[in-house]
Amino acid sequence: MENTITDFDHKNEYTKLNLGPTHPATHGIFQNILTMDGEIIVDAEQTCGYIHRAFEKIAEHRPFYQITPLTDRLNYCSSPINNMGWHMTVEKLLGVQTPKRVDYMRVIIMELARIADHLICNSVIGVDVGALTGFTYVFQWREKIYDIFEEICGARLTTNIGRIGGLERDFSPACIQKIREFLKEFPAILREFTNLLERNRIFMDRTIGVGGISAERALNYGFTGPNLRATGVDYDVRAMNPYSSYQDFDFIIPVGVNGDTYDRFMVRQQEMWESHKIITQALENLPEGKYFAEVPQFFLPPKEEVYNNMEALIWHFKIVMGEADVPVGEVYHSVEGGNGELGFYLVSDGGRAAYRLHFRRPSFIYYQAYTEMIKGSTLSDAIVTMSSMNVIAGELDA
Amino acid sequence: MSEVNNAFLLNELQDQFSANILSVEEPYGLLTIEVSKDINLALVTFLNKHPQIQMQFLTDVCGMHHPDLKGKELAVVYHLHSLVNNLRLRVKCHMSIDAPQINSITSIYSAANWQERETYDFFGIEFIGHPNLKRILNVEEMDYFPMRKEFPLEDPTRTDKNDNYFGR
Repeated sequence: MENTITDFDHKNEYTKLNLGPTHPATHGIFQNILTMDGEIIVDAEQTCGYIHRAFEKIAEHRPFYQITPLTDRLNYCSSPINNMGWHMTVEKLLGVQTPKRVDYMRVIIMELARIADHLICNSVIGVDVGALTGFTYVFQWREKIYDIFEEICGARLTTNIGRIGGLERDFSPACIQKIREFLKEFPAILREFTNLLERNRIFMDRTIGVGGISAERALNYGFTGPNLRATGVDYDVRAMNPYSSYQDFDFIIPVGVNGDTYDRFMVRQQEMWESHKIITQALENLPEGKYFAEVPQFFLPPKEEVYNNMEALIWHFKIVMGEADVPVGEVYHSVEGGNGELGFYLVSDGGRAAYRLHFRRPSFIYYQAYTEMIKGSTLSDAIVTMSSMNVIAGELDA
Repeated sequence: MSEVNNAFLLNELQDQFSANILSVEEPYGLLTIEVSKDINLALVTFLNKHPQIQMQFLTDVCGMHHPDLKGKELAVVYHLHSLVNNLRLRVKCHMSIDAPQINSITSIYSAANWQERETYDFFGIEFIGHPNLKRILNVEEMDYFPMRKEFPLEDPTRTDKNDNYFGR
C-alpha cells in the first residue's frame, strides 16, 4: 500500500466559513469569517460597517435638536435611553437644571426601555437554543411598552422622545393608566418567562460555561453593562455617576460570577425586576411641577403658544434657525444604556452645530472580544454567545 | 493614604511627566490634560499600574481635527476611568497632519484595538505597534479620511441648494 497518507497535515483541513453578513441566526448584519476545525472554531474575524451611516459627520452639520433622531438609530432596541442621554449631554453643556418631575418622567421612560431591550435580548437567547415560545410570548409585552411610548411621544421604535430641557408634553392620564396596568401585569409575565427558561435543563446545558470571559479580560476589553456585571464587576453608571435623579431610587445592581452566557441572561432577568421596582417608585413619587426646564432658547415651545404668543414664536424661530448661543466647551456624559455605558463626547466651538461629537457605543467596544470568547467552542455555541452579548448592528456601525 | 481626586491625580502626573504636560484644564469637573504625543503609552502605562490611581478602564478613544491649529492639526483624545476611585481623566495628544503617527496603547488596553482602527479609518492617524491597523467601518478601497474637516457633508459643487441660510 504505497499510496497511504502517513503524514496528515491538519492545518490544511481547516475550513473557512462565512457566517453572515445576512444570516438568520445573527440578529442584524454581522459578518464573521470563521476558521473551523470540523465543528470547532479555531479563529474568527469580524467585519463591521455594513450599516455605517456616518452619524458623527452628520452631527457636525446639524443643530443639537436634530441630532436626537440620529441617536434613536444607535441602539434601536432602547432608543429612549439614547435620546435622554443626548438631551442630558446638551443640558450639561448648557448648565441647565431640570425639574424633578422631568427627571422622574425620564427615569420611567428609560427603565421601560431597558425592560424592552432586555426582554428581546433574553428571549432571543432562548430562540437561539431552540425555545421559541418565550420569544413570541414576551414580544407582546414589548408591544405594550411601545404602546406607552406611543402615548408619550407618538412614536414606537425610533422614538425621538423628549426635548433639550425636558419632555415635549406631560404624561397624559391615559399614559399613566397604561404604565400602571403594565406595572401590575408584567410581574406575572416575567415570572412565567423565568419558569420557562431559568431552571430549564436544556437551556442551562446550552448556556452555562458557554462564551465565558473573566472579569480582568472584560475590563481590559472595555465591557460595560450586563456583560460586565455578569463577570462580577458591579459597575453601573446609574449608581456610580447618578444622572436624572437615580440617587433617589432604591435598587440593587445584580452581578454574576462566571461571565458566561447564562450569567448574562440572569443579570438581565434580575435587572428587569429592578427596573420594575424603579418605575414603581418613580410613578408613586412623581413630583408635581413643570415637565420642562426654563430654557426658552432651547426648549421648543408648544405649538398652541407658537401660534398665539409673540415671544414663543420668536423662540421657535430662533431655535429652528439655530440662533441660540451655545457655550464653548467640551463635555463627556454617559448613561447606562440597554447594553452598556453609552457615552457622548461633545465638543462645542460656539457654533450652531457640534464641532465634534463622538458616540461611545458599548457594543462596538465589547464586540471585539467575540473572537476570544468563541475560540474553541462549537458553531452553535458561538451563535448563542453572540445573541447573549446584545450586540446591536445600528450601534456597532453608527 | 490621601484621597484620589483631580488634585491628587494632577500632582502625581506633574511629578512624573512635568516636562511633557502642555496644558491642564478642568471643563465640567473632568480633568483634561494635553501631553506631547510621544509619552502617551508611558502615561497610560503609569496610570494603569499606579497602585492608587488604578485607571484600568479605557472608556473611549477618538480623533479630532483642528485645521486652524498649525502643526498640531490632529489629535487623539483618550477618556480613562478609574472604577475603584470613580475618577475620570481626559488625555489629548496633538500631532501634525504631516506626521500623524502615535504609539498604540493596545498592549495595555485590548479595548483600544477597534477604537484605534476607527480613529485611523476616519482621521488617518497611524498607530505604531497596532496589531491590525486597517479600516473598520469604511470600505478598504477608500483613499481619504472622511472625518477630516476638509470633507464636506455634501458635494460642494451642487448649485441647486442655497446654503447661505442653513448649514454651518
